[in-house]
Amino acid sequence: MLTIRRDLVEAMVAHARRDHPDEACGVLAGPEGSDRPERFIPMLNAARSPTFYEFDSADLLKLYREMAANDEVPVVIYHSHTATEAYPSRTDAKIAQEPYAHYVLISTREPDSHELRSFRIVEGVITEEPVEVVESYRFAHTGPDDVPEQ
Amino acid sequence: MAVTVSIPTILRTHTGGEKSVLAAGSTVAEVIDDLEANHGGLKSRLVKDGTLHRFVNIYVNDEDVRFAGGLAAKVADGDNVTILPAVAGGAR
Repeated sequence: MLTIRRDLVEAMVAHARRDHPDEACGVLAGPEGSDRPERFIPMLNAARSPTFYEFDSADLLKLYREMAANDEVPVVIYHSHTATEAYPSRTDAKIAQEPYAHYVLISTREPDSHELRSFRIVEGVITEEPVEVVESYRFAHTGPDDVPEQ
Repeated sequence: MAVTVSIPTILRTHTGGEKSVLAAGSTVAEVIDDLEANHGGLKSRLVKDGTLHRFVNIYVNDEDVRFAGGLAAKVADGDNVTILPAVAGGAR
């Protein structure tokens, strides 16, 4: 289950719309061990392609150093599919290398509505999970530590 | 020559959960061989057919080794080597 704040969903969808028809990508970072996405980090798609995305390698290093310094992890890794459904492709499954991340897919193929789904991808195996959108984490169970939202 | 190697989450099963380990070598290839000697199984996750795996990035300090000679890239005593899986994919 992915529990996620509405404003973060809206930020990802807006990014996907903005970069359409190219794929958009980014990360929602959160405190290590919390499983709670908090910080919206849109990334540049270095491939600038409607069918492929890749974080720029220098940006990737900067992002992971920043998260390490903040004791954060990539709780959500998101990208858009601009002409197909919000389901991981074979390429997505093959390349995915963050077994603890929620992989969020957003389809922007319909101009007036979007589709957003979340998956775990571990060793190439895709497992869909429910998405619970909340206004605040204060009243939601967001992980084993139950640290109150600030 | 000792360098510090940052290990990404997905490869920490090979390092007993450690986020960083020490290794020796004067090139990236030598560092990887030294890692393999102490943390078996790592090399095949990094190198394929004698070159760096397409979706694994290795940095010496701030530089992506793809732009510095690949596996032949030089490593100096005290350098930080960072291994990061690429974040990539796509509809096709």
